[in-house]
Amino acid sequence: MQRVGVFVCWCGSNIAGTVDVHAVAEALKSEPGVVFSTDYQYMCSQAGQDIIKQAIAEHNLTGIVVCSCSPRMHEATFRKTAQAAGLNPYMVEIANIREQCSWVHKDMLTGTEKAIILGKAAVAKVNLNTPLTPGESPVTKRALVIGGGIAGIQTALDIADAGFPVDIVEKQPTIGGKMAQLDKTFPTLDCAACILTPKMVDVAQNEKIRIFSYSEVEEVGGFVGNFDVKIKKKARFVKEDICTGCGACVEKCPMKKNPNEFNLGMDNRPAIYIPFAQAVPKVATIDPNACNMLKNGKCGLCARVCAAGAIDYTQKDEIIEEKYGAIVVATGFNPISMEKFDEFAYNQSKDVITSLEFERLTNAAGPSAGKLIRPSDGKHPHTIVFVQCVGSRCDACAEKGKEYCSKICCMYTAKHAMLTRDKYPDTDVYVFYIDVRTPGKNFDEFYRRAVEEFGVKYVKGMVGKVTPEGDKLKVQASDLLSNKQLHIDADLVVLAAAIEPDKSARPLATMLTASMDTNDFFTEAHPKLRPVESPTAGVFLSGACQGPKDIPETVSQAGAAASKVIGLLAKDKLTGNPCIASSNELMCNGCSSCERVCPYGAITYVDKEFRMPDRTTKIRRVASVNPAVCQGCGACTVACPSGAMDLKGFANSQIIAEVDAICK
Amino acid sequence: MQKITQNQLVEKAVSLLTDGTVSAVLGWKKGEFDYDITPAVFKTADEIKENFVWNDFCGANFSKYLVAQAGKHEGKILVFLKPCDTYSFNQLLTEHRFDREKVYAVGIPCEGMADIAKVKELVGDGIVSIEADGDSLKVSTLYEDAPALVNAKDVMAERCVNCKSKKHVAYDELMGEDGIVLESNRFDEVARLEAMTPDERFAFWQNELSRCIRCNACRDACPACTCEKCVFDNPASSVENKAPANSFEEKMFHIIRAFHVAGRCTDCGECSRVCPQNIPLHLLNRKFIKDINEFYGEYQAGAEVGLRAPLVDYTTEDLEPGEVFDRGDKDA
Amino acid sequence: MQVKEYKPLIVAFCCNWCSYAGADLAGNNRLSYPADVKIIRVPCSCRVNPMFILRAFQRGADGVIICGCHPGDCHYTSGNYYTRRRMAALFSMLDFLGIEKERTRVEWVSAAEGAKFAATMNEFAETVASLGENKRLEDLRCKR
Repeated sequence: MQRVGVFVCWCGSNIAGTVDVHAVAEALKSEPGVVFSTDYQYMCSQAGQDIIKQAIAEHNLTGIVVCSCSPRMHEATFRKTAQAAGLNPYMVEIANIREQCSWVHKDMLTGTEKAIILGKAAVAKVNLNTPLTPGESPVTKRALVIGGGIAGIQTALDIADAGFPVDIVEKQPTIGGKMAQLDKTFPTLDCAACILTPKMVDVAQNEKIRIFSYSEVEEVGGFVGNFDVKIKKKARFVKEDICTGCGACVEKCPMKKNPNEFNLGMDNRPAIYIPFAQAVPKVATIDPNACNMLKNGKCGLCARVCAAGAIDYTQKDEIIEEKYGAIVVATGFNPISMEKFDEFAYNQSKDVITSLEFERLTNAAGPSAGKLIRPSDGKHPHTIVFVQCVGSRCDACAEKGKEYCSKICCMYTAKHAMLTRDKYPDTDVYVFYIDVRTPGKNFDEFYRRAVEEFGVKYVKGMVGKVTPEGDKLKVQASDLLSNKQLHIDADLVVLAAAIEPDKSARPLATMLTASMDTNDFFTEAHPKLRPVESPTAGVFLSGACQGPKDIPETVSQAGAAASKVIGLLAKDKLTGNPCIASSNELMCNGCSSCERVCPYGAITYVDKEFRMPDRTTKIRRVASVNPAVCQGCGACTVACPSGAMDLKGFANSQIIAEVDAICK
Repeated sequence: MQKITQNQLVEKAVSLLTDGTVSAVLGWKKGEFDYDITPAVFKTADEIKENFVWNDFCGANFSKYLVAQAGKHEGKILVFLKPCDTYSFNQLLTEHRFDREKVYAVGIPCEGMADIAKVKELVGDGIVSIEADGDSLKVSTLYEDAPALVNAKDVMAERCVNCKSKKHVAYDELMGEDGIVLESNRFDEVARLEAMTPDERFAFWQNELSRCIRCNACRDACPACTCEKCVFDNPASSVENKAPANSFEEKMFHIIRAFHVAGRCTDCGECSRVCPQNIPLHLLNRKFIKDINEFYGEYQAGAEVGLRAPLVDYTTEDLEPGEVFDRGDKDA
Repeated sequence: MQVKEYKPLIVAFCCNWCSYAGADLAGNNRLSYPADVKIIRVPCSCRVNPMFILRAFQRGADGVIICGCHPGDCHYTSGNYYTRRRMAALFSMLDFLGIEKERTRVEWVSAAEGAKFAATMNEFAETVASLGENKRLEDLRCKR
């Protein structure tokens, strides 16, 4: 039986004005378990807290009920008070007789009656409280960043700067991501490679950062502070630590006709290749589907010309197992496929391209050495039509595109248009838009310069159809502001394709129990207040994988994610929330209902041996809750049909005791 | 009326037992009367030959017994599954309740089981014996000299009249032909009740549930009710009770039981079959199934192993709880 | 013998993060709703077991309302989605048994919606009052 002390607060006149606090204290004195009951003007004050501490000592109290303001105000305060008096802080219950009683009811009689009932409910609950101790788990001081684009790079640099080792896993042969494919970046028009490559080199040279390139995460186990990760290093058939990146193999490789992914298939690369000149690591990779030696056993030229002897046709995929305290997801984005947009003739004409392909064309290291040419005949385009919102802001019922705005396209189209007009003043440039969204710092000024200084023709209206005819592209579009149909003979049409999260991230989300929304973007823990944390403890988000964003925002978010990781890794031990679920294994069926509803993946199953009434032993599968991961929502307790699963601090018996006390 | 005969099943069981494929057989055994067939475990060929029966009263669904029996015997246990039983089989596997490796499932075709209450209505009391005779049942009573001939279709159990599937969704071996999933009218009675006014419905259920004696047969026969410790037997749950003390207790048990099996109930009909008071319990479970189909999409528990039950699933676009009432039923 | 005037007893289960905070805000703004409403705090609306609801009715409640975060805003990401499904199923079953549908409700109240909380409680209490005492789910042994 508990020895409960009841402390009714006047809160000055806030409570005492509408509730007869003496009467409440008196009435609760006779409740089961109550051995002491008093009232005082300000329970949360030093004097009030001293009264509580004294009562705990004098009357050997095992639990306390404070009838006062909302627990959201002072539950923590009174828990500390109890702890200071030597009482477990979870043997404290608060009855909210201010915000939910004295402040909402005007009549003293009804207010007092209700306050007594709420007090009784709190007493009934605390009688069933058990002392709870927050669990502790250690923290592995190493971070994993999945994705080596600008988001992953910046996050890794910031974490390493704080002194923690960090590993980057990148599925391409080089880090750099989409930013490496860009030519110039808005709104400053500096060259993407010039600002990115120094960071890539920093990453390569940083002692605390390890790069696993051409690798993917295979398996993730464990929980915050203690993740066990298996990384698959795919075979490049080149020894990474020996290859000097001299490029002799690339020159000599006879299998030259393979679509070059870095240039989006607009030119070819050999079977053995280095993605681009500033690749990090600068190491060759053999494409096993294109290599004659790997497929048919014939050739071997690259091995012969390699001065360092780095080629190894027998290399196998390697699995690396490593432990991490925190994981950052930075898997980035891709432009959507244009296969459903035949109205723009993307699949019918080589001269209808996406904006990313345009970037490659204008990039000095691209397929046309930076000359803006038509892919079909290499001629210079004199009339270019840019189409905005291709696949973005699509109707919900149109299954071809995305409902959201891809955010970056208005700016990059303005950039493309401006750069084209700057370099080729004789080229007519049209931009067909629905709205122009350029809200960032210096963004609107940038777009207006495109219109006012560089004479880009912005037309509010959509392109209805692009028809290739001869060597021209017949563009049919509407001009909504002058209410006209326009027919333009274009030489090049550039589609601002929507961007979507990298599809290979979906299996990753399952591995991390991170949630994704209907658009496959990773969900943040709270859309406003916790943008870089995923709901799963220890998993953080950085960059476009969480939502469309440009480079300045990505770098901001990368820093934010890094700061969260640093905050986590700086701890030696993680204290959990003690109000967690736990399963009574004697009653558990092992049916998996609880596991399915847990938002955090906190429930796993173990096989346990049980002694049966007939003296035989039976092995049964029972649920096991990870105290470090459980956040105490209680969804599992209701999914559990047998009632084996219960929640500490809000147990079935406790809530029912409250119901009983209220309804008496 | 059954297409497959008792002899065929006995032969199959005996052969699998003697060749060592299985070391025990779950089958039907005759009780006191021809019509109260009980589930039983047979360990020897002789036992099977002597006591195994297969007739129009073999409604019992064995899936549930596998929770206790699979793994209890040295080798595998043979279980005969009618099409409706196979759904419970899959559902229990989805919930990891028994080891699939310890079971040898034989799917058998079923033309429908008879309901003894319906037979008694037609023929009267004092039934001494019932024999299958082609499409009829030959029923001998104490009070008549000549046995009455009853058309098997006329006395078929409601759950079989509204059979939802003749397809076996799980088996190691199939005897006879497999069937297809059927279009049934099993929700008609539920819909009829839904169309009543709340007062009429309350009166209906008051009348039905007040007969409940808390024998717990429905819970004990239900394959979805296989909890190691039922909430109603658990003092810590605060709802432990044994007696239908008043109209509240009568409802509480059935509401909670139906809720606990919602989304997991395969509509096998055992609950109503075993109720000694003939309470149409299946209507409560079918109500949940009908609701789930309407609210969250067609779902058949046990159609496959590994399906995610609708009440442990969600979409961001689910309907609001207040909307369930907009079904056009008359207001009180 | 004095016959007590009928006052409905409403039990409100409120989730700690949104609706309980919304209730507190109603208090902060000194809005009024009947004292017949008594609030029980739960970590998430998904903690509410149908057994609690039936228990409340058994012990004398005339109306039960469950308040949680707006779907999509659950502090525990998906808790209230389960609440939504469970309560939809339960309410439909109670209606099927002839229990008055106005006695149960789910309402989504955010921490900023103090006014909505008060308005909801006022409306709910009025509706339940007009229905009279809960007779269909009462337990005579527990009569107040």
